[in-house]
Amino acid sequence: MIDRNDPYFWSDLLDTILKGAGETFYTVGLSLLFTVVFGLAAGVLLVTTESGGLLSKLFGSRALGFFVNRVLDVVVNIGRSIPFIILMILLIPFTRLLVGSFIGPTAAVVPLTIAGIPFFARLVEIGIREVPVGLVEAAQSLGATRWTILTKVMVAEAVPALALGLSTTVVGLIGYSAMVGAVGGGGLGDVAFRYGYQRYSPEYMFGVVILLVLLVQVFQSLGNFAARRLSHR
Amino acid sequence: MISVSRVSKSYGSGAAAVRALDDVSLSVGRGEIFGVVGQSGAGKSTLIRTINSLERPDSGSVSVDGREMTTLAGTELRAARHNIGMIFQHFNLLSSRTVQANVELSLEITGAGRAARRTRALEILELVGLHGKAAAYPAQLSGGQKQRVGIARALASSPSVLLSDEATSALDPETTRQILDLIRQLSKDLGLTVLLITHEMDVVKRICDSAAVMSGGRILEQGPVEELLTTEKSLLGQALFPLGEIPVTSSAIVEITFNGVTTDRPVIAQLARKHGIDVGILGAAVETIHGRQTGRTRLELPGDTKTVAGAVADLRSQGLFVEVLQ
Repeated sequence: MIDRNDPYFWSDLLDTILKGAGETFYTVGLSLLFTVVFGLAAGVLLVTTESGGLLSKLFGSRALGFFVNRVLDVVVNIGRSIPFIILMILLIPFTRLLVGSFIGPTAAVVPLTIAGIPFFARLVEIGIREVPVGLVEAAQSLGATRWTILTKVMVAEAVPALALGLSTTVVGLIGYSAMVGAVGGGGLGDVAFRYGYQRYSPEYMFGVVILLVLLVQVFQSLGNFAARRLSHR
Repeated sequence: MISVSRVSKSYGSGAAAVRALDDVSLSVGRGEIFGVVGQSGAGKSTLIRTINSLERPDSGSVSVDGREMTTLAGTELRAARHNIGMIFQHFNLLSSRTVQANVELSLEITGAGRAARRTRALEILELVGLHGKAAAYPAQLSGGQKQRVGIARALASSPSVLLSDEATSALDPETTRQILDLIRQLSKDLGLTVLLITHEMDVVKRICDSAAVMSGGRILEQGPVEELLTTEKSLLGQALFPLGEIPVTSSAIVEITFNGVTTDRPVIAQLARKHGIDVGILGAAVETIHGRQTGRTRLELPGDTKTVAGAVADLRSQGLFVEVLQ
């Protein structure tokens, strides 16, 4: 039990929560970076390697395109079907191999990224699918390369949907990061668990919860705002 | 300029196979506007897509500007496509780009520099009548304006061929006329060869020099529009100026085709006066296009065989195309 009458109680609380928030930002930020890079690639490949898609003949090989499509689809489904709390534990040996430890904010990046990629990949897939095929055909008729079509047509036209997908992913990652925090990943989850739960301090618990609610609100609103600004439909 | 020779294309296999193109041949001369008409499912879309190799035919050859398209691939194919612009029924503009940026896409693809792109885009936008709309987004434009952007984008790389895939089918009649007039004007000014597909007969009437009628993947009839109009039992003539069913009557029935030469003369009144026939008008479909009257009139000519024969001979001697139906 923390002594609420301690003169340093509120400043300690603020320090602890801010430190936790800093760790959460670090963990979520880093995993978001990897998630966006790999998730975007995976999502684009999921759509374009389909039969009849832009990259259905990947490097000139129809078989390779089909293979990549099937493998990605299965991997993404597996990634999305394992509950995060189990994925996190499953990944402990892998995390240790990669970062040398499975405790701390950096180690937390690994399970978050592995969970984030398939999640974002599906959202990217949905966004890219909404781009009318006529636009691809128009670019082809202009003599565009597949890379140009991919970047300047498919991804560029999906940007508003991608912005929404991104904010949904950030919110998801913040939630997951709290879960990792409770088992040694640091961050706000760690603060809530150790101070709020194990040391029975409602102030800490509510402090964390309020901050999390605010963060989610801010990121979702940012995403919505960006999507609205970027969309000219 | 465009030469399609014995092209066939099927979709699916076995009993479910659909023959979209069945031994199709046509040729479009330099600077000509050629229209392919037919119902949906006739194979027009497949045909126009074989011209720029968006579709590969199973057999036959397609050549554009002397270049065989069916065997091109990679860089060569993309270079050939720079010479063939295409416009679409649903415009297919990028919603994320402004009008100017949409036009510039075409030039980014051909590798033009930033300044050159800007200059060319503004110049071509001026040409299609979109001055002052460069910074607008497609969503802020009307259908006709969107199609003008489509035309500007297609023509930005200065192609010698324009393919039009039902480009006016989503537009209202007045806008359709404006877009068709623009295409005709551009074709004339830039020496552009145009191949268009449409299900609207008005398009053929208004801008086509030549036309082909397509059905079930085959071309049933093709040639210069004026020639087809004065061909007996011409599908195109009947489709362009429909006169409906032939009524039951004991009198002779003839159809006169006007082709812009004689409409200022009172043909029918003269016929009645000179031959003493009580001419009945059973149907007429005449329109003024580009200042010339074109169309068909179906007349009932009561009287004995000799009088009717005399009247028909008289009409023919005036240079009119006359078809005796009964």
